[in-house]
Amino acid sequence: MAVAGSLALLATACGSGDDGSSSGGSTAGALEGRGPITLASGKDTSGNLQNQLNAWNAKHPNEKVELKELPDDADAQRQQMVQNAQNQSDAYSVLVTDVVWTSEFAANQWITPIPEDKVPDLGKLVPATVETAKYRDKLYGVPITSDGGLLYYRKDLLTAAGITDAPKTWDELLADCQKVAATPGGKGMNCYAGQFEKYEGLTVNFSEAVNSAGGSIVDKDGKPDVDTPQALAGLQELQNGFKTGAIPKAAITYKEEESRRAFQDGKLLFLRNWPYVYSLANKTDGSSKIAGKFAVAPLPGKDGPGVSSLGGHDYTISSFAKNKATALDFINFMASEAQQKDNLSKTSLAPTWASLYDDPTLIKQFPYLPQLKASIATAQPRPRVVKYGDVTAAIQQAAYDALSKGSDPKATLTALQTKLQSLITP
Amino acid sequence: MTVTAPVAERPAKEPKQSKRPQRFNEGTGRLAALLLSPTLLVLGLVVLFPIISALRESLFTSGTKLDANGFIVKGSTFVGLDNYLDIFKGDTGHRFWNAFYNTTFFTVVCVVLETVLGVAMALIMHKAFKGRGIVRASILVPWAIPTVVSALLWKWIFQADGVANQLIGAQVLWSTEGWQSKLSVIIADTWKTAPFIGLLVLAGLQTIPAEVYEAAKVDGASVWKTFTRITLPLVKPALLVAVLFRILDTLRIFDLPFVLVGPHKDSVETLSMLAYDQAFNTRYGPAAAYATVLFIYVAVVAYAFVRILGADVIGEARAKKPGGGGGGGKRWKKKNAVKGSADTSVGAVAMGGGA
Repeated sequence: MAVAGSLALLATACGSGDDGSSSGGSTAGALEGRGPITLASGKDTSGNLQNQLNAWNAKHPNEKVELKELPDDADAQRQQMVQNAQNQSDAYSVLVTDVVWTSEFAANQWITPIPEDKVPDLGKLVPATVETAKYRDKLYGVPITSDGGLLYYRKDLLTAAGITDAPKTWDELLADCQKVAATPGGKGMNCYAGQFEKYEGLTVNFSEAVNSAGGSIVDKDGKPDVDTPQALAGLQELQNGFKTGAIPKAAITYKEEESRRAFQDGKLLFLRNWPYVYSLANKTDGSSKIAGKFAVAPLPGKDGPGVSSLGGHDYTISSFAKNKATALDFINFMASEAQQKDNLSKTSLAPTWASLYDDPTLIKQFPYLPQLKASIATAQPRPRVVKYGDVTAAIQQAAYDALSKGSDPKATLTALQTKLQSLITP
Repeated sequence: MTVTAPVAERPAKEPKQSKRPQRFNEGTGRLAALLLSPTLLVLGLVVLFPIISALRESLFTSGTKLDANGFIVKGSTFVGLDNYLDIFKGDTGHRFWNAFYNTTFFTVVCVVLETVLGVAMALIMHKAFKGRGIVRASILVPWAIPTVVSALLWKWIFQADGVANQLIGAQVLWSTEGWQSKLSVIIADTWKTAPFIGLLVLAGLQTIPAEVYEAAKVDGASVWKTFTRITLPLVKPALLVAVLFRILDTLRIFDLPFVLVGPHKDSVETLSMLAYDQAFNTRYGPAAAYATVLFIYVAVVAYAFVRILGADVIGEARAKKPGGGGGGGKRWKKKNAVKGSADTSVGAVAMGGGA
């Protein structure tokens, strides 16, 4: 019972990030001080992050960076960072933050603004990714990795049906499905799937549908703008997909991995997913039935190419950190072309350095880079709002109701608009 | 087998009870206070402080307004009972009552199923047969698995192309809104915690002396009669404690629906999940209010359970007449040796089980 009573307190009372050293909060704003720092990042699954830190540490023996590994789960990472900030602890110096957290962290002044002239390479990075690190036109971080949605498609089946190019619009995609269904190889194939379970992936897929139809969820000034004919067209496209069976019913339970499995089992003609699927679906160890049989293209849209949602991570500086000058230098080091190239080739995480997408040796290693470049270049960030947790929950609620219960799309969007207006304070 | 221990205990117990009302002398009292103080201090720190702190927190709110520069205004404001009133208003009120219903529904259905299955498991485990050790161990495996891990296991079973759908030969989308997601939570929770009730009841069964059964047999009692007239009444103290623990646990159910079905699903959203949701969005005041409401609900249910069924949680009613619940907790009655042996607290039962 005591546990229940104190559930909410866990977040505030039991923060263990502070290691007893005094708070550095008073120096927030000025990027000063040199010495050892820490990097708070999600689990280093590839092991390459530690390699990069070793490279930095070898060159800067007095300004070493220590890796503070956080859990694998993004929500758990955010929770630890929030606790750390609320304790005003200096345990974390540089934070690896998800692109959707920037507004919340900046508005709470948990992270420190970075003057744009202190990041010399900013102009070399893909502009859309830099936008994710901004709050109210001020830069709060530097994007180091990015991510964009890709359309995976069964090239073998399309070729057999006499189709040479990947579809660029939704109508073309549906027409291609019809053509493939008429061929012997297309029997029993489902047409298309994305991620439609009620979680962050649904926000991503819904945003892409709305943006690809020319709409937006939050406009350029940060105001909700989802009750529009364009947004309606986007939502209806998904809804019709479920109604007609072009999107299989099971897709309402799909997260990234479930949808990847369906594609790898040869049950799907088209799949929207992130670049990580590419190497997994090409594995020839028997885990994938479609190795070598698929290709990728940018996402399709309503009347032309679609618009992807942006993923990825920014490196930001905790307001309560010591040695912020070192932190900034370190971020610039991680953003450099050499480090990003190294990281891409070893971990396949999408870089933010624009020219890397045109590097022939890298394209040889990752054949999807040109399509990914196109996807990221035109990508839109998900709503950049302070109460992102509430906003994404509201979006998921609306989209899930429309897709799983078939609620009236117009009324759903009107209700969502009202809800978002109450959540987003001007 | 265990009959000798409780019977031998009797003479030693009787004088202890008669001593109870007697006053301690001053020195003993001081020593007792001194010896107890570390425990009280720790209890105060880990139980009392969080509760009071949560109550205090629930009266404040913070971080709701932005200043002209887009920064969140710092500091918290005292809002009185507003956080509590907000819980019952409008949309949030609808969500609250839905979660309240889900929580209660899960508690009633799961605990009933778990009790029936748990008692059945205990009866099986209690029987002497070859390979009993293996059966006991295997029945306890689900209880040993962390809830989140078992939730992931069941998620895998219940996915669209999972084992459950293969078995029933239909495509049920278990994680979508509706009865199926509720059912999946009930199945997974019952699977995991029925062994807990089984274990505690088994311990209770082992303290029932064989003579009672022999006497029943001699009198020609049927198996059903033996079960309802001897086994159940004598195992009742252990069973009630087990059921109470399960009720308290299930009222706080969080991780299973959260991992198995997912957050923000109306069909399985529980009160703990509402509190978590508020805390996750750094609204600690409302989160504490939700947690306090849940705390009160749990406390009321626990109190009612103890009063109505006379569950002997702390073993104080050692001498109480079995089956004589209904507020009879304060009465101390004389009873025969057989009843006394069964009317032991869980701790004694567990020890008796090893005898």
